[in-house]
Order: sequence, then C-alpha cells, then structure tokens
Amino acid sequence: MAAILFYILSAVALGATLICVTRRNPVHAVIYLVHAFFALAMIFYLFGAPLVAAWEVIIYAGAIMVLFMFIIMMLELAPDQTTEGPGWKRWLPVLLLSGTLVVCTLLLMFADAETASGVPRYYASPRTFGYALFKEYALAVEIVSFQLLFAAVGAFYVGRREKRKPRRAP
Amino acid sequence: MMPDWIITAILVAIKLGFVLALLLTGAAYLVLAERKLLGRMQLRYGPNRVGPFGLMQPLADAVKLLMKEDFIPAQGDKVLFFIAPGIAAVTALITFAVIPFGPPLRLFGREMPLVVCDLNIGLLYFLGLSSLAVYGIALGGWASNSKYALLGSIRALAQLISYELSMGLSIVPVVLMARSFSLTEIVNAQTHIPFALLNPPAFLVFLISVLAESKRTPFDIPEAENEIVAGFHTEYSGMRFGMFFVGEYINVIILSSMVTVLFLGGWHGPLLPGIVWFFGKVMLIAFLFIWTRGTLPRFRYDQLMHFGWKVLVPIALLNVVVTGAILLLLQG
Amino acid sequence: MNLIRGIKGTAQAYWITLRTMFRKPVTIQYPEQKRQPFPRYRARIVLTRDPDGGERCVACYLCSAACPVDCISMQAAEAKDGRRYAEWFRINFTRCIFCGLCTEACPTRAIQMTSDYEICNRDPLDLVYEKTDLLIDDTGKDPDYNFYRHAGIGVVNPRGGNEDEKPPADVRDLLP
Repeated sequence: MAAILFYILSAVALGATLICVTRRNPVHAVIYLVHAFFALAMIFYLFGAPLVAAWEVIIYAGAIMVLFMFIIMMLELAPDQTTEGPGWKRWLPVLLLSGTLVVCTLLLMFADAETASGVPRYYASPRTFGYALFKEYALAVEIVSFQLLFAAVGAFYVGRREKRKPRRAP
Repeated sequence: MMPDWIITAILVAIKLGFVLALLLTGAAYLVLAERKLLGRMQLRYGPNRVGPFGLMQPLADAVKLLMKEDFIPAQGDKVLFFIAPGIAAVTALITFAVIPFGPPLRLFGREMPLVVCDLNIGLLYFLGLSSLAVYGIALGGWASNSKYALLGSIRALAQLISYELSMGLSIVPVVLMARSFSLTEIVNAQTHIPFALLNPPAFLVFLISVLAESKRTPFDIPEAENEIVAGFHTEYSGMRFGMFFVGEYINVIILSSMVTVLFLGGWHGPLLPGIVWFFGKVMLIAFLFIWTRGTLPRFRYDQLMHFGWKVLVPIALLNVVVTGAILLLLQG
Repeated sequence: MNLIRGIKGTAQAYWITLRTMFRKPVTIQYPEQKRQPFPRYRARIVLTRDPDGGERCVACYLCSAACPVDCISMQAAEAKDGRRYAEWFRINFTRCIFCGLCTEACPTRAIQMTSDYEICNRDPLDLVYEKTDLLIDDTGKDPDYNFYRHAGIGVVNPRGGNEDEKPPADVRDLLP
C-alpha cells in the first residue's frame, strides 16, 4: 500500500514539475510547482517524517513560492493577454493532480486508522528529529547556517544604500 | 449493539457539524458584532433594523450577497478567479480542525476530546495552512487583472510573509515551555498559569503578528479602502466576495482561538465549565481586534515593513534565546 | 522616553474608544424620530398666494433663468385685464438641488422654500411637480406683501385706467 502510494505521489511530483517547466505563464507555473511540493510533503509523511512534511509545506509552498509569486507580480512577467478559449480545459492537469493528491491524503488517513500496511515502520517524532539534526548532524547544520549567513550578509551588502558623493563645487 | 466504529463515526460527524455550524454562525455574528461595536465607538447605533436589535442582519447580508451579480473581469484568468475565494475560505475553515475548544467530554461511555483532530503537530498544521491562505489572496488579486487588485495582492504577500515569521518565532517559546507541538498538550501545560503571564513578550509579539495576519486595521494595507479601492477583492462581487469576507472573519475567530490556546490557557479556568471559558476568552480577543479597529489608524507600507522586520522579529528571536536559556537553567 | 510616550498615547486612544462606546449615540432614528428643521431650511419649493388669495407668480421666468440646473419651466399667459400668470408651472425635483436661487430671483415672492425635506419616491416621474402640486393656499414668509397692489396690473389699460389711479392730466386743457 505504502509502495503504491509512493509511486503515485512520485508520479504526481514529477508530472507537476514537468508541467511547471513547460508553462509560459509564470503564475500558472508556480501553481504546478506548489502541487509538486505537496506531493513531496506527502512522500515525506509516508516515510514517517511528519515534521519534515510540515516544514515542506510551510517553508517551500508557504514562504518561498509566495516570495516567487511576489517577485513575478512585481516584475509583471506575465503575458498581458490571457489566451481566450475554454478555461477549464487548460486547467485539466491541475484538477487531475489536486484530485490525486486529495485521494492520496484520504488513503493515508485511513491507512493510519488501520495501523496496518500504511504506517511506516520508522516514525520520526519532532523530538527524535531535533536530536538527529542538532546532535548527529550538528556540524552540517552549522555549515549550512553559516552559508545562509553569508548569503544574508551578501544580500545586505548588495542592497545597502549608496552613499551620496559629496557634491563638488562647480 | 452498534459496532464501535459506527459510534465513533457518528460522534466525529456530530463534532464536525457542530464546529462547522459554530464557525459559520460565529463568523456571521462577528460581522454584526463588529459593526455594532464600531458604531457605538463612533456614537452611532450600527445595524438595528433587521429583526430585534438587528439580529437578523447577517441573514439579510447573506441573501443580498447571493442575489448580487457574479461579475468576472473580461481579461482576467477565469479559473483562478473562480478558485481563489474558495482557497481563502477553505483554508480558514479547516484550520479549526486542530484547535481544542474544551476539555474531553464523556459521551456514551467513551472519552471524546473536544477537537476535530488532535494532531501531534497541530501547531505546524496551523502554520502551514495560514501560509497557504496567502495563495487565495495572491491568486485572486492576480487573476482579477486589475491594478488595484494586483497592488493589494502584492501588499498582502509582503505583509503576510513578514508577519508569519514573527508569528512563528513567537510560538517557539510556547513549544519550548510546553515541550510539544500538540495544541491539546500546550493547553494542558497551562493548567495553573497561562503562558501569557509566563512569557509576556511572546504573547505581545504573537498578538500583534496575529493582527497583521488577519489583515485588519492597523495592518489592513492589503485592502486599504482609501488607497486601493478594496485591495485584492476589488473585482469580486456577490458570493465570491462573500467567501473572502467570511474567510476573513473565520480567520479572526481562528486566530483568537490560537491566542487563547497558546497563551491564555485554553479552556482552563476556575468555576465555570471549560467550554465557556474557552469561548469567553476567544470573544475577549475578538473584541480586542474590533476595539483596535475602532482605535488605531492604518500603518504606512514602509512603517509596516520596518515594524515587522526591525522590531518584532528581533524581539521574537531574542525571546526564543532567552526562554531557551532560562528553561535550560531551570532544568539544571 | 519615546517608548513611554508611545505607550501612553496608544493607551489613551484605546481608553477614548472604550469610553465612547458607553455613551449615548447621537443618531436620530429617522422614520420614527424626525428632526425639526430650522425655519429658514431650504427644502421643497412652493408657489404662494398674495393676501387676497390670488396667485403671486407673474411668470416672469426669472426663477427659471436663475436655476443652475434648469429644473423650473413654465408658460406665461395673460388674463383679460393684463395680469400675467403662469399657464403651467413645473418643477422637476429630481434635478432640483435646493440652492434657493429661484427664491432670491423672484420679484413677487411667489416662489418660496419650505422645510419639508421628505421628498423621495419610487417613480422619478412622480417627482415632477405641476402647478397644482406647487400652489399652496398661504402667503408664506412675507404675509403682507402684494405685488399687484404696489405695481398695478400691466399697461394694457389706458393710462390712469387702473383701480387706484387718477386719469392723467390733460396738459392742453387749462381747467384744473
């Protein structure tokens, strides 16, 4: 059961990403990418890591994709003329993907209730996850966080206000 | 007699129906309460014509919204325009599933926790849904193909992301103190003393972030009426607008419940039954929201960003470090 | 210091709204409670009569000319004795802005404003008032004023033919 769900979800993730790459309209692409993230989150859940699944949704789908959209809207990358024609036909893939995701969620829920095949053998509670992250892999976490710090400092440097040159007397 | 799972299913269905009905009527009457209270703050009566004391006003509003023309902008993205209000309303509705609103009840000889689904990562579920709720607003504004709606969406995106950060950070001390992500356990950790007294900075930061998260005055720049018409829902009419509207008020109820659960000790309180305490606290916070709307003017956009990133986030971060240190010291 | 001032200012604002919430609203509950307007309130226009009971209006078109929204129209006519009157007189209250310029322009104080402000209707055509709707049996604001007493009726009668006039003196006649 878990294996079947895994393959379905992987197919959804891959398909959504593929459609995302081929979209011309950036906002539509974002929507497909969000579907891919959802499928990924559910795969994480399937592997017994609900915390990672939640972070996937919160950080990737909730924050990073929203920032993407923010920038897309600011830059006005979208084509200014939306194509005329049957709107629902264009959105068939999205309906299909989200439908599959919903069905998979329901299956996961009922599988949980059965405590049979659906539940993973290994279950990472937030506590074990935290211990693993900050004890075993502490060095890696620190290195990554330093990288992020560098990125933040770099962004700050690039985005700093230009000092106005003292005006020379004519 | 009946098999066990049928009773369970019936109980869950009753619980779901109760919560759904409660949320929807609660949202409808919150609108009325807001209009009446704001009216009194401005020396007016507020709606008082429909039914006794205007109590049927929500019904009249609903009928009005249903009868209105459903307008779709010609150049807009029709499908997204259709879906966006749904996203806004549904994300608001299903967030309530993890909020425990009373002590466990004994019914038909079985323990029934008064929460639709006691998730062990309920807090993350709440955060995830509140970050997904942004999509309804962003897509709605973008699909309208109107400059005001787009401006409103952009403002909403920037505001919600910034304030979600401080909101998430101000929850961290709560999780540290309660040692759990489950909302029921967080409430139970506050049996004697609510976290609002133990950690006032986190409470204040959370309260302010929640105000910003619900897009209400002083943080209502995404729909600032006198700048950008109605922000992201400028082009919406009829029940589609109604869904945005109801979603917003359900959001107010949910965020008030979150404040209650995380900082005010949930259903714990002397004398009265738990459920009364819970809803009393929620109403108090909702009143605070309305009161604030009647009192404070709107922030400017740069003030909002400045306040979020340079005041709230550092305070919340510092608070996380200090709380963690104190907890470590206490543990010995 | 700044922080304390900020907190104090915010708390004061909250206190004021809370206090105001328990004060009596100033709203007048309109259909049940009605407000008594001031005596010179400018609302529905009427045509008044002179103390003798005749129409004051002489159909001079001055009100119609003064009206900025052109809501007054009429047709002048003359009676046998040369007295001018309005054959029909029409005010379109859907257009009227109640500026009062017509009353200022009126030389005979015929057109006046009353304090009846309840002019609303489902059918806009019902708001076009004809002369019968406008004319009232009262002298209005200036009860003693009677234009024709002062000015006499027109010049259709021969000179001196009016009621309180003497016939003109014949300059070629030596008799007094």
